[in-house]
Amino acid sequence: MSKAAEKYPISISPVGLQSLLINWPKRIDEDILKDIICFGETISKKLAIACEQLPAYHSLLLIFDENIDTVKISDRLLKLYESMEPCAMKRRLWHIPVCYHPDFAPDMQLLSSQKGMSPQKIAELHSSPVYTVYGIGFLPGFMYLGGLDKKLYTPRRKEPRQSVVKGAVGIGGKQTGVYPQESPGGWNIIGNTPVKIFDLSRKKPCPVRIGDKLRFFEISQEEHKLLEIEVSAGVYKLKSEKYHD
Amino acid sequence: MIKVQKPGLFTTVQDMGRFGYRNIGVPVSGVMDVCSATLGNRLLNNDSRAALLEITMAGPQLQFTAATHIVITGALMQAAINGVSIPNNRVIRVQQGDVLSFGRPERGIRAYMAVKGGIKSALIMNSQSYYFPLTNFAHLQKGQELDCEVFDGNINDLIEIKPNNDFLFSSAITVYAGPEYEMLNREEKELLKQTFSVSTLNNRMAYQLEEQLPPNNYSIITSGTLPGTVQLTPSGRLIVLMKDCQTTGGYPRVLQLSVSGICTLAQKKYGDRIVFKME
Repeated sequence: MSKAAEKYPISISPVGLQSLLINWPKRIDEDILKDIICFGETISKKLAIACEQLPAYHSLLLIFDENIDTVKISDRLLKLYESMEPCAMKRRLWHIPVCYHPDFAPDMQLLSSQKGMSPQKIAELHSSPVYTVYGIGFLPGFMYLGGLDKKLYTPRRKEPRQSVVKGAVGIGGKQTGVYPQESPGGWNIIGNTPVKIFDLSRKKPCPVRIGDKLRFFEISQEEHKLLEIEVSAGVYKLKSEKYHD
Repeated sequence: MIKVQKPGLFTTVQDMGRFGYRNIGVPVSGVMDVCSATLGNRLLNNDSRAALLEITMAGPQLQFTAATHIVITGALMQAAINGVSIPNNRVIRVQQGDVLSFGRPERGIRAYMAVKGGIKSALIMNSQSYYFPLTNFAHLQKGQELDCEVFDGNINDLIEIKPNNDFLFSSAITVYAGPEYEMLNREEKELLKQTFSVSTLNNRMAYQLEEQLPPNNYSIITSGTLPGTVQLTPSGRLIVLMKDCQTTGGYPRVLQLSVSGICTLAQKKYGDRIVFKME
């Protein structure tokens, strides 16, 4: 487990005068994601200048408060990377309830006929994998989830919807995710979760972190209704556990 | 206190932004024209992070329920107290009952009203900046009341300055090469030097430009974006991200605006011309 982490050929380039972009090899790969998270932790501990970190897939954007000496800090970062120790990953596995009932799944019929699969089969395939959170962006708490079953890959809708409801669970290309708030959106909607991934009333509004794992589990319409009540009463707690590789 | 008699087109409370939450997808927000906002706070000896009002295109009508001092900076929008016009960039004493109003934008489209001590409002994720739905509203509402401290003293040392802010109203915007600039071919790089005009789609999230580059097949894996990042879509459209922009994007980032370049663009409206000047 604690084998020396593989080192990747990373590149660092300035973005304006207050930001640095660190790129890993251009592919979607969980080992790269872990390396990015580990480097992020190393930077927080060892880079003397404070910065905000924005990791996603194969990159880490560092945002500083003021103009920086990009050459000097890039050198420092490269040295930090070379001497980086492997990190003990602290990841969580989140369990998110989803109701796939037609009332919540406006695109289920279309997917079902396109793929020649019953809605029940689609729900099963969607709620089987353990997904990886490769990034959080687009909206507060919107997770880019990797690990979708190939049989469910579906291009985005040609015409995005003006409004997708909060909690909508969608498929966009090779990815799946949950709309944390009502918003325009182009993904194919196949279900809905009553739980809030992003909730301002929590101490940590978005407890899910990049690198975490996530599973969907199917619930009935009645359970959806019940959970919705629990969520709006503020008594529902997101279900999660420690995740070990 | 300040009573909102008329909210104006799109008036918001803003500070310097909501830092530290971009890794959970929360936009940084904050003032669009940081150059003008900072000047306003400085003239009042406020903390540089004090919250102020960002006024867009058509200004609000505001009544002060107690004496204080204010400064208007940024766009020239025919600001007046009780109907008597007041200049920008000067500390103005207001009395209980005074009404501040605005007219037509004469130069630029975003003005700032800084008030002594700053606007007091709830901190949401360490910032007062409006961003719906983190904040209850996207912009000021009629009848709303804004808290600020009573200030009956004198500010003698800094009364008025003539700021060198012509750059805000020029068409030149300083930019740097973006992370994917080198993806472009020579023709596309040349086309980035043309004069662009601002499309109707311009707001706190992004400014889309009217003139397009040829369609392309470039794609990148979703990665971090910043205010001032210029994205190139497959159809060849250029989108300049602004303060309420999403934190990640999947379009190539061909240019990055400088801090002052973002201020300059924030003063532009539909049809205005801009030229990118690469550093």
